[in-house]
Formats: sequence, structure tokens, C-alpha cells
Amino acid sequence: MSSSASEPMTSAQRAIWAIVCLAIVLIVVARSFVGHGMGRVYVEPKPMDFVAEVTTSPENASETSSSWKQLSTVEFDAYVSANGYEDTISWVEYDEVPPRAYFAQEAAGGGSIILSWPRTIGLWLAAFFTLAIFSFLYRDNPFYKFAESVVVGVSAGYWMVVGFWDTIVPNLLQRLAPAFSKDYLTPGMELPPGGFDTTNLVFLIPLVLGFMLIGRLLPKCGWLSLWPLAFIVGTMAGLRMVGYIESDILSQTKETVIPLYVQGENTSSTFMMIWSTIWASLAQVLLVIGVLACLVYFFFSVEHKGAVGKTARVGIWYLMITFGAAFGFTVMGRIALLAARVEFLFDDWMWLIDPMQQREFVTASVGLLF
Amino acid sequence: MIKLLENLDRRWIFLAMALCVSVPILVIGLTGVTFPETPTPLAEAFFAEVDRAGEAKGRRANVLIALDYDPASAGELSPMSASLVNQCSQRGHRMYFISLWPVGPQMIDDSIEKVIKRYYPHLVYGEDYVNLGFKAGNEQVIKVMGIDLTTEFRTDVEGTTLSKIPMMEGITSLEDFDLIAEISAGYPGSKEWVLYAATQYDIPLVSGMTGVQAPQNYPYYPTQLKGLLGAIKGAAEYEFIVNEYIRRSRLEELLVASGLDPAVAGPLADEPAQIPAWTTSAAAASMTPEAKADLIDAATGATPGEFLEGQRRMGPQLFAHLLMVLLIILGNVIFFAQRRRGGSA
Amino acid sequence: MQILTRSIPLFITTVAGIVMILSAFFPYTSDWGKFAGQFFNILAAFAFVLGGGNLLKLHLKKISDQRPGWAYSGVVLVCFIVTLFVGLMKIGAYPNPTYPSVHFGGETQGSGSMFWWFYEYAFKPLTSTMFAMLAFYVASAAFRAFRAKNFEAILLLGTAFIVLLGRTFAGVLATGWIPPDSAFSGLRLENLSVYVMQVFNTAGTRAIMIGIALGIASTSMKILLGIDRSFLGSGD
Repeated sequence: MSSSASEPMTSAQRAIWAIVCLAIVLIVVARSFVGHGMGRVYVEPKPMDFVAEVTTSPENASETSSSWKQLSTVEFDAYVSANGYEDTISWVEYDEVPPRAYFAQEAAGGGSIILSWPRTIGLWLAAFFTLAIFSFLYRDNPFYKFAESVVVGVSAGYWMVVGFWDTIVPNLLQRLAPAFSKDYLTPGMELPPGGFDTTNLVFLIPLVLGFMLIGRLLPKCGWLSLWPLAFIVGTMAGLRMVGYIESDILSQTKETVIPLYVQGENTSSTFMMIWSTIWASLAQVLLVIGVLACLVYFFFSVEHKGAVGKTARVGIWYLMITFGAAFGFTVMGRIALLAARVEFLFDDWMWLIDPMQQREFVTASVGLLF
Repeated sequence: MIKLLENLDRRWIFLAMALCVSVPILVIGLTGVTFPETPTPLAEAFFAEVDRAGEAKGRRANVLIALDYDPASAGELSPMSASLVNQCSQRGHRMYFISLWPVGPQMIDDSIEKVIKRYYPHLVYGEDYVNLGFKAGNEQVIKVMGIDLTTEFRTDVEGTTLSKIPMMEGITSLEDFDLIAEISAGYPGSKEWVLYAATQYDIPLVSGMTGVQAPQNYPYYPTQLKGLLGAIKGAAEYEFIVNEYIRRSRLEELLVASGLDPAVAGPLADEPAQIPAWTTSAAAASMTPEAKADLIDAATGATPGEFLEGQRRMGPQLFAHLLMVLLIILGNVIFFAQRRRGGSA
Repeated sequence: MQILTRSIPLFITTVAGIVMILSAFFPYTSDWGKFAGQFFNILAAFAFVLGGGNLLKLHLKKISDQRPGWAYSGVVLVCFIVTLFVGLMKIGAYPNPTYPSVHFGGETQGSGSMFWWFYEYAFKPLTSTMFAMLAFYVASAAFRAFRAKNFEAILLLGTAFIVLLGRTFAGVLATGWIPPDSAFSGLRLENLSVYVMQVFNTAGTRAIMIGIALGIASTSMKILLGIDRSFLGSGD
């Protein structure tokens, strides 16, 4: 029953592995040669051609500014024929299009939409990674370990890049080195009057603290990180104290001090009005009793005997209902995530289903044949 | 039988779960049939709060949309974001996208590509919607936004200074927003927005969240949290409400554009099933055949697959939940059988 | 050394905390809180750098010590360095159309760049699938662990059944025979699950919330007063 990689595989397990892998290969091969095949990504290239343009200020003829003007492909070709490639910049952007656009294009005799090899290879890699992670359900194996290593490395790199470009550059570098940032990093920013705002010198503090934080990596300089850590802990303690008292103690207490009698909303008949009033009022009473009983249960400095014990018992019942509800919702959450992955395999990779109308099958039930 | 269940390899349970999820997905994917949804008051409250944003001030609402989740929770939450952006776009709200999660900007890009660029191409970046991106700092970002947003989000995601973006005029702090709509997968998320934005500044807040978080946020509803969508069920209910609303709105727009009195167009738009018959009536005589075809398509055409994700995923939910109930019952059958035998549980 | 490793950090903690509290109560000091928050956010970004550096250090050590599984550490490092390089250098990123001559002017996470490729075809499927695995373990745990041993456990399981069935079409089918406008419509599973969440779950969660908030308030107070110094490490 154990699926540890440290235990050698039995022959039965080896046979099951072989059968599962063979089944996947056969399904993939079969699917690839039926109908439109599977697992391809198409893109439409969009040329982006720019030429440098010098404009003169209408107020002062000696004041000029340069900018870049986007031209269409025809205009750009004409410009290059006349002036060469100097003062021009070009690149091609690729917009992903649904496969049905490609099929329609081919049926019409051709066009600009092409197969994207990087994205198609990426799609197959994503499918491989998905199956590699799922393979752990049977047994720990090198494919899973490889996939796990990839996610650890890519995640760490991703977070560092995002932290740098989305926070350090705009919130620190732009303040301390505005001219450099504008010229090389974030050209869309506005320079402060005079080129530098001296009040921004205060941001030298987080710069220094930031480097001290990284000092944690060095054996002898580990103590340097205590200062920024102390700042982090202090600010969070101050922020949370106020926030939690206001929101979770005061507001929640206010929400518990509620009328125990509530008029019902169902006025279709006298009986229904009385009945709905009883239900609504009962809800309020149960809510107040529940909060108080649970709070009594949490008083561990008082022995739970007698009236206190009985009230605490009611509190436990409420907490059990709370945990049961939490379990139900947790299950719901996890299954939706699994459903999303299975949809990826069946839709994006194997083209077995088409709920997003990406490939526009003739009829849904025979879709996989076309 | 009991002995078999006692020694059952858990991989058989994994296989059962895989089948309970895969088979319904295949069937629903091939047939397009989903289970009907009946919205609960929480989903209706979420929709109503987004719908009435900005009404009190009599202008277009400024809605801060915080997509605080990553691909790991996108299965539950991306249907909520898609429907939220759909509703805000149709309603004409100005949308300000931010994220407190590093991968959040990708979720924002997905929503913009999937909804705005595909179905609302007339919306202009910088005038109708803007992407301010991600900032590190978790709840401290919310704290700084409450005082002066422009010192934290100095540029948009493309590096353009906020002063050059028309819709950022007059937006200096959280209090300049009419509504905060937040989709959350954990920390930082709904709780932080309740603690540091909704409670401190009394700003209406609605939140969609994962199944793990939802029970923990119920106490905030309905005062600190005006609307709550919990797990894929909440997403499916909200999708259903928004799809009906979009269909009704579009029908009303087309009917009014064809010259029908708004007082008549409104009730007619509430009954899409009557539209095909109505187009053959005398009241529709002045409409062109193309206009009639557009109207019938708006009334009876299929909802795009992007806005049925949540409802599609309720199919595997049903069978997986039944499996869970069965497993718990079987587990207890074994337990009671062992207890009767005098064995250990 | 005690001054550098104890006294000054404790002083920083207390001052930072008091600044945050004062900024919440006095409009005059709200700017102090704004600056403290901005400094914190920049430090949080540096913490990402620290995390990456720590990963590098750990896995390099594992490789140099040739511990079992060191080859996988090599995979981690290669993926980390490649992702970092293509992201920091914005390799393949489309330039900003307004400033096309500035290489770094484009969007960091925009589609089409190599960084985006790593996100879309490595990070996204891997993290999504890792979380999707939990569905299987939840099923296995439900079979093995949930036992109705006593009344409290029965309450927990009963509530779980109501929520599991009430939140799907199964609940509608099971109790659909109860007329929706009748006096007993509250017993329809979908309505019962809403009632359970809005009454019993709210009551229990609210009590837990109040308890946690009291704990956070007292812990924060202990930190700001220098009574709790655990964050400074051992030696005190």
C-alpha cells in the first residue's frame, strides 16, 4: 500500500506503470491522427514598425523633441526604401488566436495565422508537468521529483523578478535615481521638478534596511537583519492591533448585540407571517446564544463545571457544526481545482471537448471526430 | 466485504475520485448541458451591490477590483472574476485593477483579455479601465492606499505615471472608490480588505473567495462585507445572475435602438423566450431582418463558454460530493463493524 | 553587541508600532503611517530577494555536500537562475509602444516574453496541479478519519453532509419534493445549508474571531512593550 520511492517497485507495480504509460501514449497517438488532431496553439503575427520623429516646438523653433511614430507595414517599407533602417525600430508581436480561426483561414486559402512552436511545445510541457504531478498519486517517482524541483526554482525566480520590477523599481529606484529610471527602466514616469525631489532622500532608510535584511545570508552579518526585522514586526504589530480590535472585536460585538425579535418577511398568509417570524427570531436567538456559549468554552482559566460546563458543552456543539461546515466547503474548493486541471487536459491539450468554442465542432457529441 | 474495505488501498479511492471528476467533465463538455442554478441571497447581494455602485453619487462608479489569487486557485476564482468584470463592463463602471499577490497581474491580464478585449472592445484603456499591477507588502499596501494611493501605485503596469491616465484624476485614496470588489485565495485577501479598508473607511466591499476561506468570513456579512461568493457554488450562482442580467440588458438596448418605447422594452427584455414570437408580431414590423436576427440571437443564443465555467464545474462537484458522502458512510460502517467485533478502529 | 542586537531592534519595534497606532488616531500623524507603510512594502520586496538568495544558498550546499537528491537541487538552481535572468533582463518582452527604444520599458509580465512563457507553461500548470492533488487526499482522509464516535462527531459529520449535499444539485433532488413556499421550505437541503452557515457557522466563527483578535491585541502589546522578544532569536 505504501507509495514511497525508497521501497523498490514490485513487479505488479512495474506492470501497472507500464500499462498506464502505454495507455497514455496510445491515447495521445490515436487522438493526434483523428480529426484535427490535438494540442496546438496558433498565433497571428502583428508587425510593430516605428520611425524616429523630431518635432519642433511651435513657440520656440530651436526647441526640438524626438518621439517614435508607428507606421503600417506598407508605410514602413516605403520609408525604409527611401531612408534605410537608420532611426527605425521593428519587432513582431504575436496574438494568440483560437484554432478555428486557423481552420477558417486554411479553408479560405491561406492567411497570416501560423502555428506557434514555442507555445505548442509549452502546451505539451504543461501537460507533461500535470501528468508528472498526478503520477505521485500512484507512487513517488523521478518525474514527480523533477516537476517539483522545477516549480520550486521557477516560483522563487518569479517572485524575485516581480518584487524587483513591481516594487523596488517604481517605489525606490524611481525616487532615488529618477533620471536613470526614466532613461533606462521606466520611460513613462514623470521627472520631479528640478530632476530630483529632496524629500525622497528619506527612502534611503528602506534601501539601507533592505540591504541589512539581505545580510541574513552571510554567516557573520546575520545580526544586521535584526533591525529591518524589528521594523517589520513593529509596524505589523501596530497595524494589526488597531485593525483587529476595530474589526474583529468591536464590530463583531456590535453585530452580536441584535434584536431577538425579527418580523418575518413572508406575508402570504397570517400563518406564514407568524411562522417566518418564529424562524427569523429563532435564528437571531441561536446566533447570540452560540456566540456567548463558544466564548464561555474559550474561558480555560475557569473550570468547566456546573452551569459553566453546560454552557461550554453547547459551545462545543456550535464549534463542531462550524468545523463540519468548514470541511464541506474545503472539499468543495479542492474538487473545483481538480476539475480545472482535468478540463485543461481534455480541452486545451487533447481537444476532446470544446466548451469555450475554440475549435467550433460541428456538433458537440461528435466533436472529437472533426 | 468489511475486510476488503478495511484493507482498501487508498489508490482505489484516488481512482474513484478521478472518475467522478473526469467523466462528468467529458459528458458536460460534449453535450453542453449543465445543472440549473438557484442563486442564494449572498450571491444576489453581491450582484446588487455591484449594480448599484455609484448610483448615490449619480455618476459612473469607480470600482477597485483586487484580484488576489494565483493559478492554484484559479479553478474556483476565475469564473468569479470573469463575471465580475463582465457585470462592471456592461454596467459602465470604471474599473481599477490591482493585486496584492505577485502572480495577480497575470490574473488581471487574463480577465482583461478574456472579457474586456473580446466582448467590450469599445472600452478604452486609461478611460474605462486601468491596470495598476502588483505591490509587495500585503496589508500595508491597503494601509498606504487608505491614506494616499498615488504614493504606492506610482505608475500603471506599463510604467505610465498616473497623472497621465485620465481616469486616475480625482483618485487619491481608497475613499474615492464607490466599491471595492475583491477576489481572494488566502492571505492577503478578504480578511485584510475587511480589516483595513471596509471597516476603517466604511467603503462598500464585496468579496469572492475560495471554499476554505468562505466559512471564516460569514460573520462579516452583511455589514462589513456586503456580498460574499463562496467556492465554485458561489461562482456558479453569480455567473447565472450576471448572464441573465447581460442578456436582459442587451435585449433592452437592442429593443430601444429599434425604436421601441423603453417602458415596453424593459418588461419584454425580462422574457427572452417570448422574443422570437414577438419579432413576427405587428410591433416588430418596422425592424429590418438583420435587426430581428440580432434580437433573436441576443435572446436565445448560447452564452459564451467563458461565462459558464462555474456552472460547468458544478457537474463534477455533484458526483465528487456524493463520493465523499459514500466514503464517510463506508468508513463508519467499517468502524461500527470493528467495534462490534471488539477490534480497534 | 547587546546594544546592536537587542536594544536598538527593540527600540525600532516600539517606535514603529507606536507610529502605526498614532497614525490611526491622529490625522496629523497619518503621514508617518504612510511612510512606515511604504518602507515596509519596499522591505517586503527585499524579502523576496532574501528568499531567492536563501534558496540559492541551501541548494548550492546540498550540491556541494553531494547529499542524496542533489541532482534535483541542480534542477532547482537551473530553473531559478534562468527564470531570474529572463525576468530581470526582460528577454523577449515587447517594448512599450510609446517608448520603443527603451529595452526595459515593456511590461514585465506581458504575454509573449520568455518570462511569461515560464509562467504560462511551467509555473501555472505545476502550482495548479499541486493544489488539485488535495482533492484526492481529502477523499482518502474522509474514508479513513471521519468516525462518528460520539455526539459531537455526529454533529460534525451531519453538518458536513448537509453542506456537501446542499451546495450541489443533489440537495435540490433529495428535498425537491418539499414545496418551496411551504412552512417546511427551510428543510430543503439548499435552504438548510444556508441557514446552518448564517446561524451556527457564523456564531462559532465569530467567537473564534473574537478570541483570535484578543490574542493578537495582547501579543502585539507584548511585542511593542518589549516583553515578547522571540523574533530577535535565542539568547534572551
